[in-house]
Amino acid sequence: MKDIIQVKNISFNYADQPLLFDNLSLNVHEGEWLALIGQNGSGKSTLARLIDGLNVLKQGQIIVDGLFVNDENILDVRNKIGMVFQNPEDQFVGATVEDDVAFGLENRQVDRKQMHHIVESSLKNVNMWDFRDRIPANLSGGQKQRVAIAGIVALSPQIIILDEATSMLDPRGRQDILNLVREIKAKNHLTVISITHDIDEAAGADRVVVINHGKKIDEDVPDKIFSNTEQLAQIGLDAPYTSQLIAALKRKGVNLNQQYLDSERLIAWIKQLVSNK
Amino acid sequence: MSNFLFGRYLPGNSWVHQMSPQSKLMLSFYFVIVIFFANNLASYAALAVLIAIVILLSGVSILFFLKGIRPLVWLIIFTVALQILFSAGGTVLWKWGPFSVTNLSLINGGFIFIRFLLIIMISTVLTLTTTPLAIADGVQTVLKPLKKVKFPVDTLALMLSIALRFVPTLMDEMETILNAQRSRGVDFGSGSLKHRVQAAVPLLVPLFTGAINHAENLSTAMEARGFSDSEHRSKYRIYRWQLKDTVSWLVFLLVGGLVLYLRK
Repeated sequence: MKDIIQVKNISFNYADQPLLFDNLSLNVHEGEWLALIGQNGSGKSTLARLIDGLNVLKQGQIIVDGLFVNDENILDVRNKIGMVFQNPEDQFVGATVEDDVAFGLENRQVDRKQMHHIVESSLKNVNMWDFRDRIPANLSGGQKQRVAIAGIVALSPQIIILDEATSMLDPRGRQDILNLVREIKAKNHLTVISITHDIDEAAGADRVVVINHGKKIDEDVPDKIFSNTEQLAQIGLDAPYTSQLIAALKRKGVNLNQQYLDSERLIAWIKQLVSNK
Repeated sequence: MSNFLFGRYLPGNSWVHQMSPQSKLMLSFYFVIVIFFANNLASYAALAVLIAIVILLSGVSILFFLKGIRPLVWLIIFTVALQILFSAGGTVLWKWGPFSVTNLSLINGGFIFIRFLLIIMISTVLTLTTTPLAIADGVQTVLKPLKKVKFPVDTLALMLSIALRFVPTLMDEMETILNAQRSRGVDFGSGSLKHRVQAAVPLLVPLFTGAINHAENLSTAMEARGFSDSEHRSKYRIYRWQLKDTVSWLVFLLVGGLVLYLRK
């Protein structure tokens, strides 16, 4: 499979601070959902900013879909990547929902007629067309994130980066946004990088990369990553709910030969267990 | 304050609502200038009739206009009182120390009062029938000629619209900070002026920190969405000059001419 993003031996530090990344390398496959997990300050968000050229690299290379991330290519790279940030309030530029979705299109000097078409279809895509006249003050956090996603869909990127995009939402809103991104990913054959604290969000990914103090600790499918509960505990991350349940069952003497299952498979296993008795 | 800026716009589809914001903006300026040419009953009457028609055409209840006057009541009373008590000339009706009331000063006071009323009415019509965003766009259109002298008109308009967009956000935050401080026993409402100013400091510091954080995050988000320079962007919204604008201007120009003819 093609690597749509290649991060090669990068080093980076913020001014007057020690090296955050030292010779970090990482690949993102085209079409996958990659979860980046790690504690606060582990460098996850900085990595996302480097990929989008929002911070400037000191050493090493980042290649996005064949383009080096540098001053010259910056706008082309940003055409390929859509980012959703943590705080819904701070990425709402337009005065109304419609204007906000149009913001990225205006930056690219899209023709007005075309712009109205794209805004309409993007907002319909995220079920926010009925809210087009609303000002951000009259929207919930989840609705604002939907608008942010519409703004990205409008630019038809190849990659979506969710930078803790669901961390300020309630559980229902979180699920809602994740389902929406999944839907859009499938429809438009996108690659998704989700930077998250939420282990259950990461458990739904195709692949998980664990970052701690700017170093890649592990990368594998979620089943493997979340089986290693010791490693997770060591770097201060909670095991997913299902892993905790399996561990609790084990303490009661109910043994499952695997250490991690997603909720559906776990439910199936418990049902089987009950019916066998 | 949030009422002052946002609660004022009343959605509608009247003649005045449908006019383009740049035309309404210019027309309001023009009207205010004309008001200062009026100097007798006939010329003021002509302007009053015009504004009455405009109010009728806006489809907005007169109550909203009366509300618009309320915050300015003291300013009006003060100015009118000064005019009445201090202007000289005419027959003296009442005199006490430096104060005197003459028949001329009463008439002048009355005119000043009408002048205030007319200015408030026209600006209220503007804000009640035009969204803040449309006003920002109107400003952009009106200032467009300044682009020739390299004045960053589009940047100014974008700044204005972002500032307007963040007013409710900062209002909310101020409310939260106020409540947080109140819950710790800070009293904002009473005490001497000095005390109240002191109480405002712990309010402003977190508000400013918050605003700076917003600005930083917003600029990153704007950059990520391909923003590089505000002078080279296409526009999503456009407000075209319409027949209604032309007709309104013709009527206003006619009344302007009438005022010049009627004045002493």
